[in-house]
Amino acid sequence: MEVAERSAAISGIGQSDVGRRLGRNPMELTLDSCLAAIEDAGLTRDDIDGLATYPGNLIAAPGFSAAGVTEVQDALRLNLNWFSGGPEAPGQLGSVIDACMAVACGLANHVLCFRSVWESTAQQKGVVPGGGSGGGNYRASGFMSWTLPFGAASAANWIALFAQRHFYEYGTTREQLAQIALNARHNAGLNPKAIYRDPMTLDDYFAARMISTPFCLYDCDVPVDGSTAVIVSRWELARDLRRPPIRVEAVGTALHGRPSWDQFDDLTTMACRDAGPMMWSRTDLKPADVDVAQLYDGFSFITLAWLEALGFCGKGESGAFVEGGKCIALDGELPLNTGGGQLSAGRLHGYGFLHEACTQLWGEGGERQVAGSPLLAVAAAGGGPLAGCMLLSRS
Amino acid sequence: MLTMPDKPFRILPRLNADNEFFWTSGADGKLRFRRCQDCGYYIHPATPICPECLSKRIETEVVSGRATLLTFTENHQPWIPGFPTPYVIAIVEMVEQEGLRLTTNIVGVPAEELVIGMPLRVKFESYDDVFIPLFEPELQ
Repeated sequence: MEVAERSAAISGIGQSDVGRRLGRNPMELTLDSCLAAIEDAGLTRDDIDGLATYPGNLIAAPGFSAAGVTEVQDALRLNLNWFSGGPEAPGQLGSVIDACMAVACGLANHVLCFRSVWESTAQQKGVVPGGGSGGGNYRASGFMSWTLPFGAASAANWIALFAQRHFYEYGTTREQLAQIALNARHNAGLNPKAIYRDPMTLDDYFAARMISTPFCLYDCDVPVDGSTAVIVSRWELARDLRRPPIRVEAVGTALHGRPSWDQFDDLTTMACRDAGPMMWSRTDLKPADVDVAQLYDGFSFITLAWLEALGFCGKGESGAFVEGGKCIALDGELPLNTGGGQLSAGRLHGYGFLHEACTQLWGEGGERQVAGSPLLAVAAAGGGPLAGCMLLSRS
Repeated sequence: MLTMPDKPFRILPRLNADNEFFWTSGADGKLRFRRCQDCGYYIHPATPICPECLSKRIETEVVSGRATLLTFTENHQPWIPGFPTPYVIAIVEMVEQEGLRLTTNIVGVPAEELVIGMPLRVKFESYDDVFIPLFEPELQ
């Protein structure tokens, strides 16, 4: 089988300021990250001939998307040979995976990929998460029409239902779940750009207010303003650029179960169950070869689901795998969410994990750098029916 | 329309040709789903073609209203003004068919007494033109 994504490389990364209620123009944040990534790759905007983003210029929950392809193309006056933006993708990284395919097929040489949020500033205005306005004559449509009437307004509720079923079937505990949050917070303390950097203990975790059982406040990620960008380049071209290119070894995009938050056949896992094995089917590399893992933590349980889906432990065994936190620590068997994840470093919505994976592979993690020059990383994003993952290697 | 004082404010579904039968079904106290007349498969949410056998012979049918609790969460966060917390959100499976599921609220029982797998029965709360299907423990 020809694995097309191996013809693609990450050649540069960029990130805007990231913070709570920055009050900045979201387009400015977007362009900051895009220009930083272009410069990081040693390119100029004249070299960019492809553009990809998730979820595009979508009218959705406030602050959920700062810009689409059109706005960025126009703002940077890009001459594009290929572009794509939209929400119907295998998770947030689906846009990056599209870019990999575009360069592999020769549609573009260097694709600028970005994801911008400004939820922290936007949510100050007070709105129902998930897109509703919450009163008057508003009525829910689409998927939300099946959940909002029951007060299931947030992904916190939808994912909590999966977590609870996992607890029931496999005996997973809140103490185990807490390790995802505690590990993220520890690593965030070593990341100057993280949002929450104060140490957190298990007692702090259990003292936090409940959001939706079994999730307390610290099981839920923190909305921020910020933008992340990466450059996907054709492998042959990336070799001559400023940085040693990061090869895309394999990607996972499968969704075999029903594309739904409540109709998915197995309520102890999510779309990651299908995307993870697909990724491994496209490479001879194995889970044991991975040096560092960046696995989506929009809610803590999603990380447990990804750990199982990617074969880092058996089905139902993720609770035991993370118990005590040693295995997933910076000096553990599988250093996990080394930048603090979305739980403590902010909800950059998927792209933050890819950014951190590249940072670690390039040895630029500073205080949080995993020892021993990691060579192979996984970045995975998405929960519920959204899931996409990428296996990345440093050449 | 009389509003019971113990009824929470709910954001109602927007009715359309595919879902109106479902949300108005409770007018006579009965829950209904679309069902394929060729292979017997219950379809939710409704589609014009049976996803199992691709038949277009689809009708609306009454079901028993009995279900099993698959999973639940007690929500404490006040997402919606006028919807008092805590409340229990659940996914239930209708006894008629494996995988025939609804997201709903469990009412009439404290969250501490809920057990995954327990039998439930539908009851409706009416708002304007909509009958919201909720579930409560089935009396043994």
